[in-house]
Amino acid sequence: MADVGKTPVARNEKASSEFGYVGIDAILEQMRRKAMKQGFEFNIMVVGQSGLGKSTLTNTLFKSKVSRRSVMTTEEERIPKTIEIKSISHVIEEKGVRMKLTVIDTPGFGDQINNENCWQPIMKFINAQYEQYLQEEINIDRKKRISDSRVHCCIYFIPPTGHCLRPIDIEFMRHLSKVVNIVPVISKADTLTLEERDFFKQKIREDLRANEIDIYPQKEFDEDAEDRMINEKIRAMIPFAVVGSDQEYQVNGKRLLGRKTRWGTVEVENTTHCEFAYLRDLLIRTHMQNIKDITSSIYYEMYRVRRLNENNTKPNGQPAIHANGVPEHEVLSHEM
Amino acid sequence: MDTMMLQEKLVEKLLCPRTRTTRQKDKQYVGFATLPNQVHRKSVKKGFDFTLMVAGESGLGKSTLVNSLFLTDLYKDRKLLNAEERINQTVEITKHTVDIEEKGVKLKLTIVDTPGFGDAVNNNECWRPITDYIDQQFEQYFRDESGLNRKNILDNRVHCCLYFIPPFGHGLRPVDVEFMKALHEKVNIIPLISKADCLTPNEVKKLKDRVRDEIERFGIKVYQFPECDSDEEEEFKQMDKELKECTPFAVIGSNTVVEARGQRVRGRLYPWGIVEVENQSHCDFVKLRNMLIRSHMHDLKDVTCDVHYENYRAHCIQEMTSKLAQDNRTDSPLPLLPLPTPDVETERLIKMKDEEMCAIDFYIVIRTLVLFY
Repeated sequence: MADVGKTPVARNEKASSEFGYVGIDAILEQMRRKAMKQGFEFNIMVVGQSGLGKSTLTNTLFKSKVSRRSVMTTEEERIPKTIEIKSISHVIEEKGVRMKLTVIDTPGFGDQINNENCWQPIMKFINAQYEQYLQEEINIDRKKRISDSRVHCCIYFIPPTGHCLRPIDIEFMRHLSKVVNIVPVISKADTLTLEERDFFKQKIREDLRANEIDIYPQKEFDEDAEDRMINEKIRAMIPFAVVGSDQEYQVNGKRLLGRKTRWGTVEVENTTHCEFAYLRDLLIRTHMQNIKDITSSIYYEMYRVRRLNENNTKPNGQPAIHANGVPEHEVLSHEM
Repeated sequence: MDTMMLQEKLVEKLLCPRTRTTRQKDKQYVGFATLPNQVHRKSVKKGFDFTLMVAGESGLGKSTLVNSLFLTDLYKDRKLLNAEERINQTVEITKHTVDIEEKGVKLKLTIVDTPGFGDAVNNNECWRPITDYIDQQFEQYFRDESGLNRKNILDNRVHCCLYFIPPFGHGLRPVDVEFMKALHEKVNIIPLISKADCLTPNEVKKLKDRVRDEIERFGIKVYQFPECDSDEEEEFKQMDKELKECTPFAVIGSNTVVEARGQRVRGRLYPWGIVEVENQSHCDFVKLRNMLIRSHMHDLKDVTCDVHYENYRAHCIQEMTSKLAQDNRTDSPLPLLPLPTPDVETERLIKMKDEEMCAIDFYIVIRTLVLFY
C-alpha cells in the first residue's frame, strides 16, 4: 500500500473495512459509554463573606437551584456565630450525562469582628475528606468505586473594593492554596467600571505574586506547551470579575439572565459586561477534568505521603497503616 | 426679605410729610424684626465651620463621596497601601481641612477620616481610636469653655459621622452594630448604604428595610430629623416625610464627569449604562447632599452642642465632683482634667492661658496700688 511510510494516525481516515485498521480508537467510544453510565462527581466549595453572591453564582453556574439557600428556604439569613460547613448534593443531568454535584458552603466565614484563624475549620474539613478517601483506599477489602468526597475546587469570593486584597484574603489563600485548587473571583463586579476592574485585577495579581500564592491554573502543573499556552491566557485574566443572576429579562428580543437596574441591564453571559462566561467555561466546559486530576494526583498524593510518613515514623512502632480508626489528635496534626 | 422692605419704607416715611395715621403706625413699630438680618450679616462675616467624620471599611467609596459632596478633590495626594502594608496597619485618624466659599459665605470644612477601620483580620475594639478622638475634642472644648479667653475658641468637635454600610451583606454586620453602639451617644450618626450601583431597586428597598429594622432592634440611636413645625407648607412637610422614609440613604459617588443624554454630569460609565450621581431615580445622593448641607447642617451642629456635648460635660462634672468629694480638695474652682495625650495644640493654648492669668494678676496688683494712692 502506498501509505506504508505514513504515521499510524492516518489509518483512522480509512474505512473500518480497509486493510490495516486495528480499531484502537474505538476505545474512546467505550470509555465514553462507561463514563456516561457511571456518571461524574464534582465537589465545589464556595468561600466568602456573607452577601457576596455565592449562592446566586452557584445557581447561575449550574443553571439550577443547587445552592444551600435554595434548598433551605425557611432558614433566616442570619450570620452564624462560628463558621459552619454545609454540604448539599444534587444529581444533575444533561444530554445523557449524569453528574453528582456537591456544593460545600461555608457560612460565617469572615463575618465576625475577630476573624483570626477562620480558615482553620475549612482546612480541617478538606483534610478530613482526604483522610476519608485514604482510609477507603488502604482498606483490605476495597469498594469497586470509592465515592469521592474530596474538594476539587474552592471558589474564593473577593469583595469589589477596588483597592487591593485584604489581610483576611491573603491569609486564607496562603494557607489553602497548599491543599486545594483555589479559583479567586471578584464578586458583584457590576460595581466596578472597566478601568477600575483592570486596576483591581492588576493589584490582586501583584499581591498574589508577592505572597507566593499559587492559584489555579498553577504554573508548575502545566503538562506541555499547548497546556501552557491555554493556561497563560487564563492566567492573564484571573481573577474573573463575575456577576451572578437567576432572573431572566428581555433584552433586544431575547430572554437573558441579568440584573435590571434603572440605568441598564447587566447581562451575565455577555463577555463585554462581565466575565462569568469565562469562569463557567473554565470550571465546567474545559478544565473540569483537569481540576479533578490535579486534586487526586497532586494534592491528595501530597496528603497521603505525609500521612503515611507520619505513621511510619511513629515512636511506639504500631503498624498504623492498616488501622481504620484514626485517633482524633492525629487528624489535628495536619493543620498547617 | 420683608424686613428689608420694611426698613426702606420707614426711611421713606421719615423723609415724607407725616400724617396722623402714619405717626400712629410708626409708634407701634419697634424695629427688632431686623434682628435676623443683623445675625445673618454677622455670621456671613465670621464664616461657618463644620467637622464631618467618615467611617467604614476601605474600598466603600468614602473619599469619592466626600469629593462629590463638596465638589473638591481632597484626596489628590493619597497613596493607597498594598496588601502587605495593610496587614500591620492600625486604625488612624487623619484630618483634611479645606476652605470653601460660595456666594460670599465662607465654610471651613474639616473631614476626619479613619483609614484602617474594619480592615484587619481581628477587628476587636477597632472603634476605640475613634471614640478616643471624639472624646478628646469634647475635652478640649470643655477646657476652652472654662478658660478665661473665650473669644477664639476653636470648635473641633465632630458634628456628624457618616457611617458606610457595605451593600454586599444582608443588613448590618456585627462590626457595624458594635461601632454604632459605641458612638451613638457621642456623635450624630448618619448610616449610608455605599456603592449602591450594585443593587437593583428591589434589593435597595429590601436592604433599607432590613437595616432600619436592625437599627431599631439593637437600639441604635442614629441622627433623627427634627419634626416639621405645624405651620410649614404642605409641600415641605411632604418632602420631609419622604426624606425620613428614605433613610438610610443609598448613595453613589463619582470623581469623573461623563456625557449622558447630551449633558455633562457626574457619573460612572459602565458597558451597560451610565449611572448619574445627581439623578434622583438612580440614587439618594441628592437627598443626602440637601439634607447634610442645605437644610440640616445647622441642626447637626446644634444637636452636637446641645445633646452630645452636654452629655459629655455632665458626665465629666459628675465624675469630678464625686472625685472631689472623695479627696476633700477645695483649692481650684477650675476643673483640672488629666488630659490623656496633650498634643502640641493644647500645650500652646495652656501656655497662652497661663500668660493671661499672669497678666490679670499684674493688672489686679496695679489697680489695688492705684486705689491706695
